[in-house]
Amino acid sequence: MSEATMTADVKTQDGPLEFLVKGDHHPQNGTLLGFWLYLMSDCLIFACLFATYGVLARSYAGGPTGMEVFDLSLVAINTSMLLLSSITYGFAMLEMQANRLKGTLIWLAVTGLLGAGFLAVELYEFYHLIHIGATPQSSGFLTAFFALVGTHGLHVLFGIVWLVTLLFQLKKHGLIPANKRRVFCLSMFWHFLDVVWVGVFTYVYLMGVLP
Amino acid sequence: MFENLDLTKLIFGRLTWDAIPFHDPIILATFAVVAVGGVAMLAAITHYKLWGYLWNEWFTSIDHKKIGIMYIILGLVMLLRGFADAIMMRLQQAMAFGDNMGYLPPDHYDQIFTAHGVIMIFFVAMPLVTGIMNYLIPLQIGTRDVAFPFLNNFSFWMTTGGAVLMMMSLFVGEFAKTGWLAYPPLSGILQSPGVGVDYYIWSLQIAGVGTLLSGINLLVTIVKMRAPGMSLMKMPVFTWTSLCTNVLIVAAFPVLTAVLAMLTLDRYLGTAFFTNDMGGNAMMYVNLIWIWGHPEVYILILPVFGIFSEIVATYSRKPLFGYTSMVYATVVITVLSYLVWLHHFFTMGSGASVNSFFGITTMIISIPTGAKVFNWLFTMFRGRITFDVPMLWTVGFMVTFVIGGMTGVLLAVPPADFVLHNSLFLIAHFHNVIIGGVLFGLFAGITYWFPKATGYKLDEFWGKLSFWFWLIGFYFAFMPLYVLGLMGVTRRVSHFEDQSLQIWFQIAAFGAVLIAVGIAAFAIQLIVSFRRREALVDKTGDPWDGRTLEWSTSSPPPPYNFAFTPRVHDLDAWWQMKQHGFKRPESGFIPIHMPKGTWAGIVLSAISVACGFALIWHMWLAAAVSFVVLVATAIYHTFNYDRDYYIPAEEVERIEAERTKVLANV
Amino acid sequence: MSEHTHDHDHHEAEGPHVTLKEYVTGFVLAVILTVIPFWLVMGNVFESSTTTALIILAFMVVQIVVHMVYFLHMNFHSEGGWNMLALIFTLVLVFITLAGSLWVMISLNNNMMPGMM
Repeated sequence: MSEATMTADVKTQDGPLEFLVKGDHHPQNGTLLGFWLYLMSDCLIFACLFATYGVLARSYAGGPTGMEVFDLSLVAINTSMLLLSSITYGFAMLEMQANRLKGTLIWLAVTGLLGAGFLAVELYEFYHLIHIGATPQSSGFLTAFFALVGTHGLHVLFGIVWLVTLLFQLKKHGLIPANKRRVFCLSMFWHFLDVVWVGVFTYVYLMGVLP
Repeated sequence: MFENLDLTKLIFGRLTWDAIPFHDPIILATFAVVAVGGVAMLAAITHYKLWGYLWNEWFTSIDHKKIGIMYIILGLVMLLRGFADAIMMRLQQAMAFGDNMGYLPPDHYDQIFTAHGVIMIFFVAMPLVTGIMNYLIPLQIGTRDVAFPFLNNFSFWMTTGGAVLMMMSLFVGEFAKTGWLAYPPLSGILQSPGVGVDYYIWSLQIAGVGTLLSGINLLVTIVKMRAPGMSLMKMPVFTWTSLCTNVLIVAAFPVLTAVLAMLTLDRYLGTAFFTNDMGGNAMMYVNLIWIWGHPEVYILILPVFGIFSEIVATYSRKPLFGYTSMVYATVVITVLSYLVWLHHFFTMGSGASVNSFFGITTMIISIPTGAKVFNWLFTMFRGRITFDVPMLWTVGFMVTFVIGGMTGVLLAVPPADFVLHNSLFLIAHFHNVIIGGVLFGLFAGITYWFPKATGYKLDEFWGKLSFWFWLIGFYFAFMPLYVLGLMGVTRRVSHFEDQSLQIWFQIAAFGAVLIAVGIAAFAIQLIVSFRRREALVDKTGDPWDGRTLEWSTSSPPPPYNFAFTPRVHDLDAWWQMKQHGFKRPESGFIPIHMPKGTWAGIVLSAISVACGFALIWHMWLAAAVSFVVLVATAIYHTFNYDRDYYIPAEEVERIEAERTKVLANV
Repeated sequence: MSEHTHDHDHHEAEGPHVTLKEYVTGFVLAVILTVIPFWLVMGNVFESSTTTALIILAFMVVQIVVHMVYFLHMNFHSEGGWNMLALIFTLVLVFITLAGSLWVMISLNNNMMPGMM
């Protein structure tokens, strides 16, 4: 191992075995996989919140039940806004794929507005509940409800902040590969939030009003 | 005047001068030592003008090797604090019988055993394991750095931030008195209204962010960045165990985050997750925290199984026996670790059906581990073994860990556990597997890879001394606890009435003293080795005639690890290269693409610590402001697109030429 | 594996190729799968709560799959199959966490909560 020679290849009876990659070698970019794995971990946080809700769902502590406080028409509005925002994000992705910055920005902004609408309705719902005395401190059921739905809402808020930041970054640097990766990541995040919401409106709201 | 009162509360929350434990001589003495030592260290750094060097070369570094070393330093420093807690407990339990109340009031004792557990698990074992994985994985898979170098730096500083916040609890306020898992309702706001549990919560949440991101980082690194030709079944075994460990981290830590967040909501907002009334259910906390807790112990042990596999193969000068079965055993352990968690609370009352199910799964999970032990033994069989220090630790592990594992299987039987749950038998069992397993493995790994990281080997004599004192000390310290546990003695007790038990505690205290000598020997080993580093130098980069790719680099490796990416054809890639007479290239170098260092990790972590401190002390204004600053700084950082640079070809050539010269003189 | 010598920021299409058809199909399916459960509950269509619950849970599962396939472009090939593997592993763990917690907590509640002894 001490003699210096010029070559890195060695010959064997099967032909030369190359032990080095000549020239530049770049490993694949891991951002999308990494973000997906982060989403999987976020999934588990929600799983814990769902499990806790499942355990505490009937612990009313003599207070109001789901049937008494859930307003399904509000939930329907919410759900449609979030679902719409998923397809508007899809439109943004299509614009990005076609390398049209303006279209991307417009559809992202629409998505953000729909998300903000979702949050506004949810905040109204929470305000109303607290106003009538159904606070997070009232019972195990309400604690778990506010925690699960609230955590989802916080994620949506974070998504909106990220979206606005991205709008600035897109305006500044355009559709460079780094920005495209970021738009992809936010799209995964946004759709994932819609997936969680499907779970929420089914398991919490719809099942919550069943006698 | 009324205005002033409000202002004070707004700024300082519930922080007052009472928070500083002027009345406690032990803490005051500790503070004096820490303050003097700390000031001396800061003064020395200033005097030798090292701040620039530290900032540029270490604190802002995204080099996985430097980050790995910093993790290990963190772990070793915290080992001293965690061990100090242990010695204090042993001393108290050896003397506090009958009229003698010992020197620690229960209030203080409770904080010590809580801190001991939290520190050893979160701030010793996790950083040491993460540090070794960080250092080794890119080198073993033939790549330049991890997948997300910036996140790596950030993860390290968040872990350190958590440790710092926890250490602050010693001098400002108090720590939790609930045990290391802080079960409610004891940890709820009614029974622990002070700051202790809040310190616990926020240090773990901050450190937890670091750990989770590190898990994602290392997982993507192993999946995406392996050298060409290194298929999964050609990865070194340590890389395999690291892969599974990081899967566990990503899959388990979110549960800890969620459950601690729920406890936080209970304490800060009065919600009813784990309360005794209003429909809360404290048992849900125990359920969730152990869903995290059991995978956590496998997070600690799996990398160490990998370390032993590497060491056994290298020192027996044979390929690892049963590589495929080792891989399958590791994967099986990973999956099964999610199906055993209830064995931590058999006695909580879920009933016979539930208990039987989990008892059986617990017994099943011991089988793949047993398979691993046989594989190590078969590797050693007919090998030409040299009993250097890493091998001593390995043999010590094999005997000690097996004993600990057997007591675990004993505890897995629910009726037996009903007698032994929360007794000293349990304490003995988990220390048996954690010390005999995790700690011995970490020392083995540190000794084994030390020359790679620093360029010189560790002194043999002090290493052997450290090993023997640790091994014998461990048995003296913990075997009596098995006896005491079988006799019915419970854990977390600071004073006893039954004088006949005292002898056992005194033997245990003696064991702790032996371990203290072992730790001192390790510290001396570090100093002596540094001073003798010329005599102990490793010039070849391959002091043990190793089998895996990290040994193909110089000691220490250049910043870019490999001038050219290796191409892999078989398991034990470096061994194969040596068999085929591989020669290093000496020309044709190209510029190498590297990530830039960053200030953002340490800054974001510092702001997080400030925010955590503010939340603990109910300094709402400071908390809000620091949170906004945190988010703003993070967003600001994302506007920085200038994250990389190229090392010029001439620089690479210069570094490689230097190595050629060194190798020629070997 | 072939070697490329090009700029660092690759122009290879990172992430999946998306189509309008995919998004519209997914959207329409999701709408249907949302409206029906809402109607079943708000309209009190079935007498038995259990039946309703089971049906809407089934719809939930199907809609989640629709989201995964049409919006998240889930398939067996993305990232060399690692995305799917990670998803399956996560779903298994989610199931264990949910089912396991419910089984354990219901048993505990039955045995240990006041008023039940």
